[in-house]
Amino acid sequence: MSRTIELREIAHARAGDKGNRSNVSVFAHHPDDYQLIVDQVTVERVKNAFAHVLRGPVTRYTLPNLGGINLVMDEALGGGVNESLNLDSHGKSWSFMILSLTVEVSDAVARRLEYNPNSGTTP
Amino acid sequence: MPRQRPYRIGTGAGFSSDRLDPAIDLVKRGQLDTIVFECVGERTLAFGHRDRQADPAAGYNRLLEARLRAMLPLCRAHGTRLITNMGVANPQGAAEVALRVARDLDLTGLRIAVVTGDDVLGHITSDTHLAEPDCSVAEIGRIPIGANAYLGAQAIAPALEAGAELIITGRVADPALFLAPLAHHFDWADDDWPTLGGGTLVGHLLECAAQVTGGYFADPGYKDVANLAFVGFPLAEVDAGGNAVISKLPGTGGCVDTRTVKEQMLYEVHDPSAYLTPDVTADFSNARVSPAGDDRVQVSGASGTERPHDLKVTVAFDGGYLAEAEVSYAGSGAIERARVAGQIVEERLATVHGIDAPCRTDLIGMNALHGIQPEQSSDIRDVRLRIALRSPDRQNADAVLWEVEALLCCGPAGGGGYRGRVDDSVLTYSTFLSRNKVRPSVEVRTA
Repeated sequence: MSRTIELREIAHARAGDKGNRSNVSVFAHHPDDYQLIVDQVTVERVKNAFAHVLRGPVTRYTLPNLGGINLVMDEALGGGVNESLNLDSHGKSWSFMILSLTVEVSDAVARRLEYNPNSGTTP
Repeated sequence: MPRQRPYRIGTGAGFSSDRLDPAIDLVKRGQLDTIVFECVGERTLAFGHRDRQADPAAGYNRLLEARLRAMLPLCRAHGTRLITNMGVANPQGAAEVALRVARDLDLTGLRIAVVTGDDVLGHITSDTHLAEPDCSVAEIGRIPIGANAYLGAQAIAPALEAGAELIITGRVADPALFLAPLAHHFDWADDDWPTLGGGTLVGHLLECAAQVTGGYFADPGYKDVANLAFVGFPLAEVDAGGNAVISKLPGTGGCVDTRTVKEQMLYEVHDPSAYLTPDVTADFSNARVSPAGDDRVQVSGASGTERPHDLKVTVAFDGGYLAEAEVSYAGSGAIERARVAGQIVEERLATVHGIDAPCRTDLIGMNALHGIQPEQSSDIRDVRLRIALRSPDRQNADAVLWEVEALLCCGPAGGGGYRGRVDDSVLTYSTFLSRNKVRPSVEVRTA
């Protein structure tokens, strides 16, 4: 059995910009969930889910030491901070776009989140 | 051995408009060797050039004088050096302000160093290739208004050798503002890549100020952060090997934990094993973070390899005008009314004003940022129509504001809260220049 939840339930993220390239780092709150993020937050899923914003290649780096991944998205900011017509020309909110992806978690993980819903911070 | 005690370095600003009170607190209570005000971004540099074009004495950070008036007496009293890139597009102009402030405040003998040489506009020709969007300067079809190379820590070193208490720069790679005093204090060799990589990580963690102490982080119910109204700015205690403890002052708001440090470690980073700076190709891939007490995190394990041969250069162009106009609709049918209003404006900009450049139409509250329609939009009863257009033609920009305001009488029912503005716009692109062609220099002046 598994449950579908938003990535935000198990991970935190931050967006940065350089030119027309955005990067969003995604970290597991709980170290046990790192592999789940690696398995499910793939380049293909990110590209497909946000194809209307991400016009270029997506590259992913895995950082087991930090329990996180770094998503680097080219041509993702409508030209970049000085050119975009988007209200959020930096793409500061792209972190929460990525965190809106859903992931499948096991019942055991779901139960852990219910017991400790307000942060999977390392116990 | 005085050199073996940890070096204490903090951040007084993480961007051009950052708060001032946390910087004052940090110098008063932080026992800092150095405080860094990092105030230049791709946007602010381009705007600095635009300001300087309009007034040759301008082009530096607009908060420069207020910040120096508050900080210089404190820095002198506490023996803290201040390093800042608030010179932006006019470091010499900023130095004039600093001299005047120092004399006003009777800070006689204050040694002010100005680092220049980042301005490389003279090397930019119509044939210069821009890495993004992969074309020549000529193909942009506009005149460059500024070009700045990212200088490294070595450009600042002579100012430190000269014992300057205030160091003003233009464009310097953000972490280099921190790496320079660390390398000088610990006498790190210019090719000690692993240690320079460690020092660069410390600088990278500190350069955005509150972003490592709980700012840009809180997500209520998931990542709760106390007292962001008075978030403390960070300080690092750095050892001779380039490892550090990141912390903030007791009693300040915010938090420093492994999550805030990890998020900031990858902020604006692409390949974590090859973070390119003028000083080193830094490698964060084996970095470790561990709790070291309340609001204290130990950072270690960063490394580095040889620095890149070329320096990154930001080239700025006049971007014409950015027009943005908004009007709100609320209550039943708000979304439908806002949508119709948007269509009316688009139609009139094309037909009545003959504008063929695409404008952007957003429904704020629905899909403005991510462009994703919410599944249950029927509950949304408060949306704001936004029309945005970039144009070299001021008349076109003004037409956007006119047409959105005209909706008040001629558009759908119940539209209110019109606001519109036209801003000057700049465009920035990147190129690369051999470091041999960039000649930094330092001038020391005494108040």
